[in-house]
Amino acid sequence: MASAATYTPIQTQTVSGSTTNTIIFSSIPQTYTDLVLIASTLSTVASYSHIQVGNGSVDTGSNYSATILYGNGSTAGSIRRTNQPNFDVIYSTGDSATATAIVHFMNYSNSTTYKTMLARGNYTSSDVEVDVNTWRSTSPINIITLTQGSGYLIAGSTFTLYGILAA
Amino acid sequence: MIIPGILASGISGHLSTNNYTSIQTVTVGSGGASSISFSSIPSTYTHLQIRGFATYSTVGAGYINFNGDSGSNYSAHWLFGDGSNANAGSATSQTKGYLTGAAGTKNTVPNASITDIMDYANTNKNKTVRTLYGWDGNGSGYVEFNSSLWMSTNAITSIVLTPQSGTFNQYTNFALYGVK
Repeated sequence: MASAATYTPIQTQTVSGSTTNTIIFSSIPQTYTDLVLIASTLSTVASYSHIQVGNGSVDTGSNYSATILYGNGSTAGSIRRTNQPNFDVIYSTGDSATATAIVHFMNYSNSTTYKTMLARGNYTSSDVEVDVNTWRSTSPINIITLTQGSGYLIAGSTFTLYGILAA
Repeated sequence: MIIPGILASGISGHLSTNNYTSIQTVTVGSGGASSISFSSIPSTYTHLQIRGFATYSTVGAGYINFNGDSGSNYSAHWLFGDGSNANAGSATSQTKGYLTGAAGTKNTVPNASITDIMDYANTNKNKTVRTLYGWDGNGSGYVEFNSSLWMSTNAITSIVLTPQSGTFNQYTNFALYGVK
């Protein structure tokens, strides 16, 4: 039974200043099986970080969809998003509560299936949620961007991308 | 147009930590498979994780059994969303643990799952498993968070995954990892 160490940090980006509203991971190596993005963010105003992925350049077409399960402190619910230009799993609440999210890009480098992103978000002043997101493309993912819907990320916000390689 | 941002190009950093190890991967060949097995699992880790990327021939759940035990020694709780409602359920005295909820069957839309098997080699307590699972078909979909209990203090040395009915389709893969 072969084994090999993996879960390799690819890159960490730490926000400085107060004018950052976009994070870009580009030229992502195609040598892993899955990617994991761990985000810990604060923002100037309440806003999602809109995530787009692509191959060479991000896909801005309406090719994203999601099924979401959430709890907001009083109710649990589920919603669906179809034909979206991005997917939203990191919600910074614009206050002192840090938003944390883990996004798994499953089999991101294969070229035969659409891409599935499993995500868990913890937004301590609003809600918790788990999401499954689809990018309707068989292209391997080699670029990921995160763009604030409004406002800016606050200094100290971090985004770390890891690669996991199956034996 | 992207204006203020951080651009990372030429990413090449590699810093393996040896704390997360790929143990074995099973990829289904042509003709599909009625089950997927991991055997002779080493006891040298603290936790196990199974990352799945599966397509199913038939709509239904996915199950998990340990050490060949098919007795009524499993129970489960689950919470899922189907795009309209959140629902929860449970089951006791089951003959298998729950890996995933209702599977989608589109070959282009895989069922993704991440299963953590906590303290799998500990012989002083029963075993707890948790899974985050989902698929989305742009107008249909399912996302679930569940946990299962295997009422045995035996260390887990083998795992079998089975679909509720039908088979796992070709190219389905499940990868087993050890976490120190």
